[in-house]
Amino acid sequence: MNIDSIRNGIVIDHIAAGKGMQIYNLLNLDELDCSVAIIKNVSSNKMGKKDIIKVDADIDVDVELLGYVDPGVTVDIIKDSILVEKRKVSLPEKLTNVIKCKNPRCITSVEQELPHVFKKTTDGEKAVYRCIYCETKAE
Amino acid sequence: MRSVIDILDLSVEELDELVACANDIIANPEKYAHKCAGKKLATLFFEPSTRTRLSFEAAMYELGGNVLSMSDAKSSSAAKGESVADTAKTISCYADIIAMRHPKEGAPLVASMNATVPVINAGDGGHNHPTQTLADLLTISREKGRFNDITVGFCGDLKFGRTVHSLISALSRYKNVKFVLISPEELKLPSYVKKDIIQKNNLEYVQTTDLESVMPELDILYMTRVQRERFFNEEDYLRLKDSYILTPEKLETAKKDLCVMHPLPRVNEISVAVDDDPRACYFKQVLNGKFMRMALILKLLEVK
Repeated sequence: MNIDSIRNGIVIDHIAAGKGMQIYNLLNLDELDCSVAIIKNVSSNKMGKKDIIKVDADIDVDVELLGYVDPGVTVDIIKDSILVEKRKVSLPEKLTNVIKCKNPRCITSVEQELPHVFKKTTDGEKAVYRCIYCETKAE
Repeated sequence: MRSVIDILDLSVEELDELVACANDIIANPEKYAHKCAGKKLATLFFEPSTRTRLSFEAAMYELGGNVLSMSDAKSSSAAKGESVADTAKTISCYADIIAMRHPKEGAPLVASMNATVPVINAGDGGHNHPTQTLADLLTISREKGRFNDITVGFCGDLKFGRTVHSLISALSRYKNVKFVLISPEELKLPSYVKKDIIQKNNLEYVQTTDLESVMPELDILYMTRVQRERFFNEEDYLRLKDSYILTPEKLETAKKDLCVMHPLPRVNEISVAVDDDPRACYFKQVLNGKFMRMALILKLLEVK
């Protein structure tokens, strides 16, 4: 299967197979006018299968959001058909308006305009995100 | 400018400093009688609470300051739909410091992010209640003379009891503290408090449903009320409300220097017959709460 290489834009690579569409939706890529390709189940030596997203425009992607959804992804920046930067993402310290607090006792349940902010904390070895207002764990 | 939303906003050194200040206020009240002259405290209570509000107000008056208060949340602009952020910005124009109680968790944090004066969390739903913890710490300090090397029993509603969570957080920063968690199965301490606070600090804890079996080992017994307002289901409340009732008979096996504490108000979980026992410290706790609030107001207003 052939998909044209891009001149100026970004490639979100090493997406866990099956998560491509979720990332497409979360990054609101449907709102773009340029060509966007979601390639699913690409063979990968490291991962077996992976998804890739190519965006034919130099857009700013929310690296924090990507890190939360799939910390394994890389973001390649392409300029004049040359790979100029390879960004690794990691679990962000803070997430704003990515996940919603579901605690009915939380202040965000009654004040619609408040941003839903979650902070990274640790639960033993595991990273967990807790609402900054009520400390409820993100599901 | 600083606010206190969570007891962990204060370092161990700052807690020691507040305890020392409160002890000095108790010893020399006249020295502090005019420290806050010309300053105003606004008490914003969006949930009914008589004792905490009066304690803050008494604290400010005893420092020579003034108090702005709203009588009832129903009469405030919150009832008209004003946001916590706007309320905080508005009240900052009138007061030098705000004490806020709100039924929604995190509301005082939102207030502190928007106010231009210090905000003290006076209780946000079932979440935090740092000034109750300050009252508890002063009581432990005055009764036991130490925070290290103590066995503390918490009895009753450990699930929704915010005073329990806050006190465990505060005590977890000291050495060789052992927690004995006494509750019905349904009201056990949430696992995140056990994992993130007790286990993280390598402290020992035991869980039990039987108060009498652990009574002899306790240095402190912290009783709590099963709170009707924390239940969505009235049946669950009625089934669990009388799980533990402390009586003079149950105290027979306790240490002679046990300290019985309760954040109050009590309903029936401590029999009134216990009140005459010298080990009953819950009314001293109320008084200590006022002194610690005085110390905290002084600290946040940076009054020397």
